[in-house]
Amino acid sequence: MKIAVCVKRVPDSEARVKISPDGKSLDEAGVKFALNPYDEFAVEEALRRKEKAGSGEVVVVSLGPAAAQETIRTALAMGADRGVLLQTDKIPADPFETAKLIANELKTTAWDLILFGRMAIDDYNHQVGPLVAQLLDLPCVTAVSHLDIEGTKGVAEREIEGGIEVLEFPLPAVVTADKGLNEPRYPALKGIMAAKKKALEIRPVQAAAGAMEIVALTPPPERKEGKIVGEGAAAVGELVRLLREEAKVL
Amino acid sequence: MKTLAVLEQRDGKLRKVSFEIVTAARRLDGSVDAVVCDTTDREGCAATLADKAKAGGYGVVVFAATATGRDLAPRVAAKLGVGVASDLTDLTVEGGGDAIVATRPVYAGKALQKLRVTARPAVLSLRPNIFTPDQRAADVTPEALSVTASGRVKVREVKPAPAGTLDVAEAQVIISGGRGLKEPANFKVLEELAQAFGGRAAVGASRAVVDAGWRAHADQVGQTGKTVSPSLYIAVGISGAIQHLAGMRTSKVIVAINKDKDAPIFKVADYGVVGDLFEIVPKLTDEIRKLHG
Ligand SMILES: Cc1cc2nc3c(=O)[nH]c(=O)nc-3n(C[C@H](O)[C@H](O)[C@H](O)COP(=O)(O)OP(=O)(O)OC[C@H]3O[C@@H](n4cnc5c(N)ncnc54)[C@H](O)[C@@H]3O)c2cc1C
Ligand SMILES: Nc1ncnc2c1ncn2[C@@H]1O[C@H](COP(=O)(O)O)[C@@H](O)[C@H]1O
Repeated sequence: MKIAVCVKRVPDSEARVKISPDGKSLDEAGVKFALNPYDEFAVEEALRRKEKAGSGEVVVVSLGPAAAQETIRTALAMGADRGVLLQTDKIPADPFETAKLIANELKTTAWDLILFGRMAIDDYNHQVGPLVAQLLDLPCVTAVSHLDIEGTKGVAEREIEGGIEVLEFPLPAVVTADKGLNEPRYPALKGIMAAKKKALEIRPVQAAAGAMEIVALTPPPERKEGKIVGEGAAAVGELVRLLREEAKVL
Repeated sequence: MKTLAVLEQRDGKLRKVSFEIVTAARRLDGSVDAVVCDTTDREGCAATLADKAKAGGYGVVVFAATATGRDLAPRVAAKLGVGVASDLTDLTVEGGGDAIVATRPVYAGKALQKLRVTARPAVLSLRPNIFTPDQRAADVTPEALSVTASGRVKVREVKPAPAGTLDVAEAQVIISGGRGLKEPANFKVLEELAQAFGGRAAVGASRAVVDAGWRAHADQVGQTGKTVSPSLYIAVGISGAIQHLAGMRTSKVIVAINKDKDAPIFKVADYGVVGDLFEIVPKLTDEIRKLHG
């Protein structure tokens, strides 16, 4: 099986967010970056599919700055075969521009499966996967929590409001990974060493501005100072009174 | 500038989020046409919607940022040659309709991004439970689109959630439990509290208890779970890790019950009760029952 996995370099989920003096972007000083957690599920799924098929190749593609090589290396250390960095200093604010650049890279190869994360935990866009699917005219299943491949047919489960949908689709296809799809492996030392020798191609790309512009990045409104109502079961009466009379939610 | 609002319904009735979208859409200048696409064939639906958006010359197409909307919106957008300004929590028009300015939480809610969207049509998705429906919202009759094209992805089956369970993403009241519950069977105390609220409450969970297999992933609140904004969120035996807060900090009122007075959850809670949840929650259940009984 020939599988592509798109991965994004994002600030670690614990990262403190400081805003740059320009008032529009993240101050990256001291921020630790990581492989987007949903993309870990995607990489793991690709590796399992290849292992199950007994042969094939897992190629990791990322659009981002030079530092995104580290992100790709993490996926290579997990077991992916090679990487491609579409290098640009700035990731476009308009996800359609990101999708076009990724689709342009992917279109030259006949993939059996293209995997994405359900969303990137920095921009919460929830869309690069389905945008690329559309640009490549491939069937697409999003936010998948269970995947089976039977020959050239895929069967996926995804959560919807009030239940779970079981979907059937032909390969090649685009699938975006949700939590629950699998348990991603940790790169072993051997994998980390091997990753250093794997091929990582760097291709500079020119990202267009697109039709979305970030005009401001601000801290979220502070929640107003809360209060400790009291201790133990004795405080419940007062809590209920406050919820009724002050917060008016009961 | 005309707006196309894509509504969602279930069992033939418009969902609450649909009224929220209609309200927000009407705040933009211009007229609003509402449609529903009642099919599980989202590829077919996307094609129909994109054709409709083009033919009708719409300047804006609005979706709900739900499981359905998040799947559908990018498909439609790509067909229209644009991206989606997704998961919006605020929306305004500037320069007499020239620019749409959209606000969206980023970095797990640790910052708000303001986006100027110049794409036409502008494809937007709105977070549920943020835009309060106004009185006129109910006064909407969506056109039911008929989908002719058929997609390559087929629905084999839909496994419904157990009857009577409310999705955390839709509930007005959420009672979430964490590792402080000690074992899976103890979630019964939270389920009893949820029941005391009538049909309005759902039981959520922290990732720690989902990963331990105590609760379903569908119930997880947080960065790798659901983002919720109920009117009342009660966190029970949850420490308040940054990734948990990412999913619930926009709740209208937050209550925390935790035995550790220094737990970070108390920093975002409007009301906190310090102590043993196994004493506090049953008492709270009694009090809520009295109010509703
Ligand atoms: C990439 C990433 C993504 C993540 N995504 C999520 C996510 O989506 N959602 C999420 O929740 N977490 C997420 N996490 C995990 C998060 O960091 C925390 O580990 C997790 O939220 C902790 O769960 P908890 O509060 O239930 O457990 P703990 O942190 O162990 O807290 C248990 C709490 O219960 C209290 N307690 C114990 N006994 C009692 C009692 N008898 N009465 C009252 N209180 C009691 C304790 O004082 C403690 O505060 C993520 C982590 C990472 C790295
Ligand atoms: N810059 C990028 N490079 C590679 N993949 C990306 C990039 N941005 C987004 N993706 C992929 O698209 C998914 C959804 O991202 P988003 O639509 O930004 O929330 C991510 O989980 C990645 O798989």
